[in-house]
Amino acid sequence: MNLLSAILLITGAASCLLGALGLLRFPDLPSRLQAATKPQTLGLLLILLGTALRLDVEDAATLGLVALFQVLTAPVISQLIGRSAYRAGSMRRDLVVVDELGDRLSQERPDRTD
Amino acid sequence: MTAVFTVTLVMLCLAGALTLVRLLLGPTTLDRIAAVDVFVILIVAAVAVYVAIYRDGSNIPLIAAVALLGFVGSATAARVAERRERHR
Repeated sequence: MNLLSAILLITGAASCLLGALGLLRFPDLPSRLQAATKPQTLGLLLILLGTALRLDVEDAATLGLVALFQVLTAPVISQLIGRSAYRAGSMRRDLVVVDELGDRLSQERPDRTD
Repeated sequence: MTAVFTVTLVMLCLAGALTLVRLLLGPTTLDRIAAVDVFVILIVAAVAVYVAIYRDGSNIPLIAAVALLGFVGSATAARVAERRERHR
């Protein structure tokens, strides 16, 4: 149990570190959001699981609630920031392969210029 | 087990330092909001490691509260920043 908990804690912290590295190194805001959301959430979930293994059942249940909440809220934040970034134009167009939101917007408003 | 906790906390501290660099560099407000969001997640992870070290559940409400507060703060800041960008 201790060994499993240790492995989970170290893996989770490494995932958080990689996510922070990506947040620093990636070239534009959407790719930084990618690094900010997925590895961070995975790392936090692993750390919470590793912590829960060292506690009794009631405390572990509360940690499970925190984990559920994190999984629910991380995409919401990411979506809000991503949409704002798209509208503000703070992304590198040459790195975009598919632009579904742009296609949709130009269908709804053909006179759009940006 | 002490070595495991040391390694874990050192990695979390390094991650926090990298996030703070992104917070300082920007370049836009939205980058900074994303960095603050990541930083709050790192704080939650660090408190969880603290709970694991001392096997003491009394700090678990702190974890839940900081996670909730981080979500509300980041969501509000993102909305405000979006509105400001639109008015520009």
